[in-house]
Amino acid sequence: MKIAIASNGNTLESCIDSTFARCNFFVVYDPETRAMEFIPNPNKDLEEGAGSASVKLLESRSVQKIVASEFGMKIKPLLDSLKIQMIVVKGSKKTMKEIMVMLNH
Amino acid sequence: MPRVKTLRKVLNPPLIKGFKPYGPESGNLNQEPVNLLFEEYEALRLSDYDMLNHHQASVMMGVSRPTFTRIYASALQKIARAFVEGKQIAIEGGKVYFDSDWYQCAGCGCNFNNPEREKVIESCPLCGTRQIISHDFPDETNEENAKHWEYVCVCPQCGFEQEHQLGIPCNHQVCPKCTHKMKRKGTPGCKI
Ligand SMILES: [Zn+2]
Ligand SMILES: [Zn+2]
Repeated sequence: MKIAIASNGNTLESCIDSTFARCNFFVVYDPETRAMEFIPNPNKDLEEGAGSASVKLLESRSVQKIVASEFGMKIKPLLDSLKIQMIVVKGSKKTMKEIMVMLNH
Repeated sequence: MPRVKTLRKVLNPPLIKGFKPYGPESGNLNQEPVNLLFEEYEALRLSDYDMLNHHQASVMMGVSRPTFTRIYASALQKIARAFVEGKQIAIEGGKVYFDSDWYQCAGCGCNFNNPEREKVIESCPLCGTRQIISHDFPDETNEENAKHWEYVCVCPQCGFEQEHQLGIPCNHQVCPKCTHKMKRKGTPGCKI
């Protein structure tokens, strides 16, 4: 089960980014194998369509859940149609490490 | 004035993309498929699979009853045409949005949705606690509201209230008096 986290940096101390579509890095984490990968977000400077491009990227990595502090309204129907779960962590300064520890529950 | 396009709510996309006819003649027939729209699929599903009446089904899809009846009639006509003429059915397109239910975790405070309606949500996908409550509209929630929630489902149309059943999202309940979709009492969009 791969889970993507929208991160503002590429270290374990990086915090959850304030947006999903234009975050700096996606961390793809698998709690079963504890494997993780930091992927620079190629869509962060797109004027339009950053959301759907980011969803496509994560879908191609077989991600089934996404943790972010905010998703755009257009993203929800798209993720629903792909059966990718959204986990919204609002107004938090949680680090990648803290989130991964929670995901290991 | 341009007509406002209303989006129809479809709970989950269909499992398959369509149907193909088979039999000795099927290869010789016109390959152009009949296009069944998502909302037509949903109308058929609600009416003849979930066995809702047209009023309840129209509420579930967020359309008026005459609109529902029109969508439903169109679905039947298309399927009949595909059967009789031996055409493929492609299920795609339409003015729809896919809708999933939202939950809040009482342990870590995160909000999450359930994209797979068939599966019952039992625990928080983030922290794993089993203390979760279902609600709509995560974006409009604020801390104040969350603390005052009661475990009551209310009908936004006529005000009928009933006790919330754990594990069943309020908006899966249909008001027994007026068949409107229920909401959790105290959530935004519910004025009672
Ligand atoms: Zn939680
Ligand atoms: Zn009612």
